Amino acid sequence: MATAAAQGTARPEADGARNTTGDETEYQHVFDAAVAADERIEPRDWMPDAYRATLVRQIAQHAHSEIIGMQPEANWITRAPSLRRKAILMAKVQDEAGHGLYLYSAAETLGTSRDELLDKLHSGRQKYSSIFNYPTLTWADVGAIGWLVDGAAITNQVPLCRCSYGPYARAMVRVCKEESFHQRQGYELLLALSRGTPEQHAMAQDAVDRWWWPSLMMFGPPDDESQHSAQSMAWKIKRHSNDELRQRFVDICVPQAESLGLTLPDPDLKWNEERGKHDFGTIDWTEFWEVLKGNGPCNEQRLTQRRRAHDEGAWVREAAAAHAAKHSGGTEAAGHRTTGAERA
Amino acid sequence: MTATGPATVPVTTALALGDDALVLSHRLGEWAGHAPVLEEEVALANIALDLLGQARVLLSLAGDEDELAFLREERSFRNLQLVEQPNGDFAHTIARQLYFSTYQHLLYAELAAGDGPFAPLAAKAVKEVAYHRDHAEQWTLRLGDGTETSHERMRRACDALWRFTGEMFQPVEGLDVDWAALESRWLESVTGVLDRSTLTVPEGPRTGAWSAGAGRQGVHTESFGRMLAEMQHLHRSHPGASW
Repeated sequence: MATAAAQGTARPEADGARNTTGDETEYQHVFDAAVAADERIEPRDWMPDAYRATLVRQIAQHAHSEIIGMQPEANWITRAPSLRRKAILMAKVQDEAGHGLYLYSAAETLGTSRDELLDKLHSGRQKYSSIFNYPTLTWADVGAIGWLVDGAAITNQVPLCRCSYGPYARAMVRVCKEESFHQRQGYELLLALSRGTPEQHAMAQDAVDRWWWPSLMMFGPPDDESQHSAQSMAWKIKRHSNDELRQRFVDICVPQAESLGLTLPDPDLKWNEERGKHDFGTIDWTEFWEVLKGNGPCNEQRLTQRRRAHDEGAWVREAAAAHAAKHSGGTEAAGHRTTGAERA
Repeated sequence: MTATGPATVPVTTALALGDDALVLSHRLGEWAGHAPVLEEEVALANIALDLLGQARVLLSLAGDEDELAFLREERSFRNLQLVEQPNGDFAHTIARQLYFSTYQHLLYAELAAGDGPFAPLAAKAVKEVAYHRDHAEQWTLRLGDGTETSHERMRRACDALWRFTGEMFQPVEGLDVDWAALESRWLESVTGVLDRSTLTVPEGPRTGAWSAGAGRQGVHTESFGRMLAEMQHLHRSHPGASW
């Protein structure tokens, strides 16, 4: 957790959201050298404004995805078909809330606040992963989300454990451990269905058919259409391109689908001996951009539920704050935290 | 539960305690994605998970946990009417939790101290329940002694659920407990929390023609059947399947 300064590579300091004024060219040089040397940038270090803004955007979007991502799975908590599965699902949804908390904390080290970020989510100014705009229509969808959606998330997130920004990289280490556990549980759920009755097998196949393509879309637009990629890779926020990660994911999934006894819904999917990788069909990018614009099957529903939970909880948060203020020698109320803005 | 086997445990008792935990866990699970603040998403799910864990141990003592949870009908469930009450607003959920956790904590502490068949389970669960009780008490304080709105909501919630609290002290077959003493400790504790929360102890009756001991006899309130319909639908749609 030591800052760069403590490690001996003296770097100019920043104060919360603002860089201290000074010789920007010199600071930029020190920053570039630190990134080139694979050192971690820490909250108090000087950093380019655009680097800070990119990280806030990315970490916030990641946190929002955890929070919105609770909804499609929570949809099945009350209908889980066995007590064991119910316990696993509840624990998973709880973990997601926890991931949201770590990630909002990581974003706060960049000088923003959770309240500010939630406000941006609720007003549509910040996004969350497009995958959560698809509905969970059967129990098997819970398994498909674990196997494919969490699998895609891990493929994306493992390289982030080496991301140049320290607090984000450390959050990802914790998140990835739990995510890979969820992914195995999802796989195991689908395996039980696939080996179950013919109806259960059909349910599993139908879920994989519906979740496969949206999962491939989780890696983002093709490399030649990805506006942030080049800069993020230069800053070592990102380590691999969207298409590289997508390819890696496909190559991992094909043998797993085989051992599940399920097929992937892509007639063009086949092994390419020359490339040593699988070829696969074309993604429906029209659908991707529509979902991103807010026109997916559940965009409206997801945001409405999130806003409603927030609005209907306002009186609870106000009560906690009022109680804490009255008893300000005592325990600080949950839900009332000093915001980054207040600290700055 | 190594010291005892299913054969030595009275089935009706395991069902009464197990159904309380199962049903309240289900209600708390309904909060997922709807809580007023992220920390409460974590806390409510955590409590729900603890209760589900207790339910699984208890139902397994009485038979197959899934058969008991998913294939019994409303009239065979032995839970208190209190725990099946719909979530309502956050104050309503907290009032239900305060009344039940206080009861469960006192009961499990007593069972843990004894040498009956439920002592090992109670000894483990009492630590979890102490946390649930603390969580409910802290929120009762915050809401009762928070804003005018929260005070009013907490007052209404405590009033609305009061009539279901008498049932908790109807003797449960198979449990060697001094129920009158348990009830007076419960009253003393809840009164203390409500006082500190600037709330008053509700005045209405704590038992009625239908609520005294009714849940333990399989007589429930109307919303319970719907809750079970949702909980059991998938399991019942695939008879004999494993998951």
